[in-house]
Amino acid sequence: MPAPSLAPVPDDQSSLAALRDRLAALEPQSRPADGGFGPAWPGLDPRLGQLRRDALHEVRAAEPRHAVAAAGFGLGLACLARGGDPDPLVWVLETRAEAEIGALYGPGLQAWGLDPAAVLLVRAARPEALLAAGEEALRSGAAGAVLMTAWGDGRAFSLTASRRLALAAEAGGRAGLLVRAGLPAAAPDGTSAAETRWRIRPAPSTAPPPPGPPPPLGLAARAPGRPAFRAALFRSRAGIAPAEWIMEWDRAARAFVAPTPSGGLVSVPADRPAGAAQRRPGRRAA
Amino acid sequence: MRLAAVTAETLALGLTPGLTLADARARSPGLRVADHTPEDDALELGRILADFGRFSPMVALDPPHGLALDVTGCAHLFGGEAGLVAAVTARAAHWRLATRTALARTPETARALARFGPGGIVAPGGDAAAVAGLPVAALELDPRDLQALRRAGLRTVGDVDRRPHAALAARFGASLPDRLDRLTGRIDVRITPHRPPPPVRADRVLAEPITGEDQVLAVLADLLGEATGALEARGEGARRLVLTLYRVDGQARALAVTTARPGRDPGALLRLFRERLAALAVPLEAGFGFEQLSLAAEATAPLAPTQTETRTGLEPPGADPAALAALVDRLSARLGPGAVLRLEPVASHLPERAVRLRPALVTGGGPAADLAPDDDDAPDDAPGDPPGRPLQLFDPPQPVEATALAPDSPPAAFRWRRVTHRVVRAEGPERIAAEWWRTPRARPRDYYRVEDEEGRRFWLFRAGAYGETPPPRWYVHGLFA
Repeated sequence: MPAPSLAPVPDDQSSLAALRDRLAALEPQSRPADGGFGPAWPGLDPRLGQLRRDALHEVRAAEPRHAVAAAGFGLGLACLARGGDPDPLVWVLETRAEAEIGALYGPGLQAWGLDPAAVLLVRAARPEALLAAGEEALRSGAAGAVLMTAWGDGRAFSLTASRRLALAAEAGGRAGLLVRAGLPAAAPDGTSAAETRWRIRPAPSTAPPPPGPPPPLGLAARAPGRPAFRAALFRSRAGIAPAEWIMEWDRAARAFVAPTPSGGLVSVPADRPAGAAQRRPGRRAA
Repeated sequence: MRLAAVTAETLALGLTPGLTLADARARSPGLRVADHTPEDDALELGRILADFGRFSPMVALDPPHGLALDVTGCAHLFGGEAGLVAAVTARAAHWRLATRTALARTPETARALARFGPGGIVAPGGDAAAVAGLPVAALELDPRDLQALRRAGLRTVGDVDRRPHAALAARFGASLPDRLDRLTGRIDVRITPHRPPPPVRADRVLAEPITGEDQVLAVLADLLGEATGALEARGEGARRLVLTLYRVDGQARALAVTTARPGRDPGALLRLFRERLAALAVPLEAGFGFEQLSLAAEATAPLAPTQTETRTGLEPPGADPAALAALVDRLSARLGPGAVLRLEPVASHLPERAVRLRPALVTGGGPAADLAPDDDDAPDDAPGDPPGRPLQLFDPPQPVEATALAPDSPPAAFRWRRVTHRVVRAEGPERIAAEWWRTPRARPRDYYRVEDEEGRRFWLFRAGAYGETPPPRWYVHGLFA
């Protein structure tokens, strides 16, 4: 009786699977091991919610005046990347931007949903110092996530620099977010070793008017809603097709959510009069 | 005008300090005179004091115009006591000073020998004999007491010492036997150094002056090994290290490195010094070379020895305060301590005063303070509400031109940086009054969150109300994301 052959007869499916595994092992990881981070809600491409945690992601402001929107989007991504990690968020900012958009404000971070005590601020005077500090912070692995907000179209932001940051992020196992603002609108995109590249504009709020009688003066005093962004992903190494979404930041959930018609306002219980919804007199416009 | 000090040749001509200038000029017409400036002399003496810090960490001024160095344990660096005295004399000659030096077991003995005696090195145990031959002026008593001693026939310190001390105390007061004991070395009163000596100090006196930065780092690595060994023996870690480089021509340069937590890892400390050298605003100039390097641990803190653990890689990732502190140290060494900051809340309802930045080195790398979760001054935002405070704040607030349709309503449009924004959505007013105890005349502010057509959100305020004189002014204080 012939002994059972030790090597099973290869059929096409298993050999194809074996070949796929070998190729995946050779190529750099494009799917994160721990599920990744990123905006995710039903209906959105699931790959958007699985961005690699140990890579560099680049965020650009579409116009110089959209700098704060880009910084906010970068901050949101950094909060998602950090997740529940107790390590602090290292924010490296370039001091040149302060004349244009002001300085980072602690209570604003608190209003965003991030504990200001969990932020380590690093102020750099020049782009080279910013990139070096960001690389140092990424490589050390002591940060939960590293957010770098740079200003201007410096020569320091070359492919080599982005590659260094990407390698440092991989070595430290933490996400690096590079926000570039202050670039002229017609500036070329350039090449970058970032995992994903976004272009950001602010989006108008979709919040409806508050409940209650309309204001006596007839002024449409509707309150601005949650932070809203028009985010265009124009490059992705994981192969996500370039597209544009409108996202809002929900600070209770600490995540990006789809814009909802309610704008995230807490609904008033039906059995309380509408006037009781106001907590502090003078807090809202009459 | 009188002569304050004269050179040796002038003294030989018979002109002594205290003589009037007119008399001196009469006796010696070709006399060269310079103004006596005690303040400049004191400054110069301070510089000399700093320079002589290379011989010992314990140096003090010995008025008038003298220096006292406590060289216990320092002589071996300069090839023994004779070598030390020769080096000190050479250093003084470099400053163009005429000196008399004396080395003895106690500071008072050395001082008396230098000022009133021949100077030189006194062998241990020979203090009393050396001092015995000094004139009684070495006792530095009241001139009347000295006169009395001389009339009594006592001309040397040895003569006075042989008398019964009780009788001397009865005649001249108790200070005379005390002075005798100090001079002969029976009582040892140490000097009070100009600066307290650092807990740990390592020195290298180089046979050949070095000029290159890599040579400096090589010597520094040696010094760090010695200093960290001493720290380990004391069970301490260094929080502030100062490297002083002494140049051949007398100038000294000091480099300081501060760490967030005490440490004694020579590799990490060398890396910090390397960053500090790379980030120097004024580059290190060796001149003719550095001939001595001195590393002092000026501030230390207890540091228990920790056992290095083997990491299996299975531990859950958690906050590693040591890694964070090391990162803070490296970034502070490269960019300066004022560049790595933590946010600290301040109890103030004025927005621009509600937060303060503190260097992370001071807080040890960790958060600045326990942020009160329910701060009364922060707006009461329900979780579903949009943010009530902007992400970016302008300091000072930027003036804008705005038009509002009603006195209390948000602006309908405003003009900022030559761009007109039409307000589509707005919320407010939120009134924040000024701090009357600090700025009594400041006007209260009404804050509005406004959104323009593009979706950009601003934090505007109006200082003052319509109908007042002077008319209210509008500002943009911050930008929301």
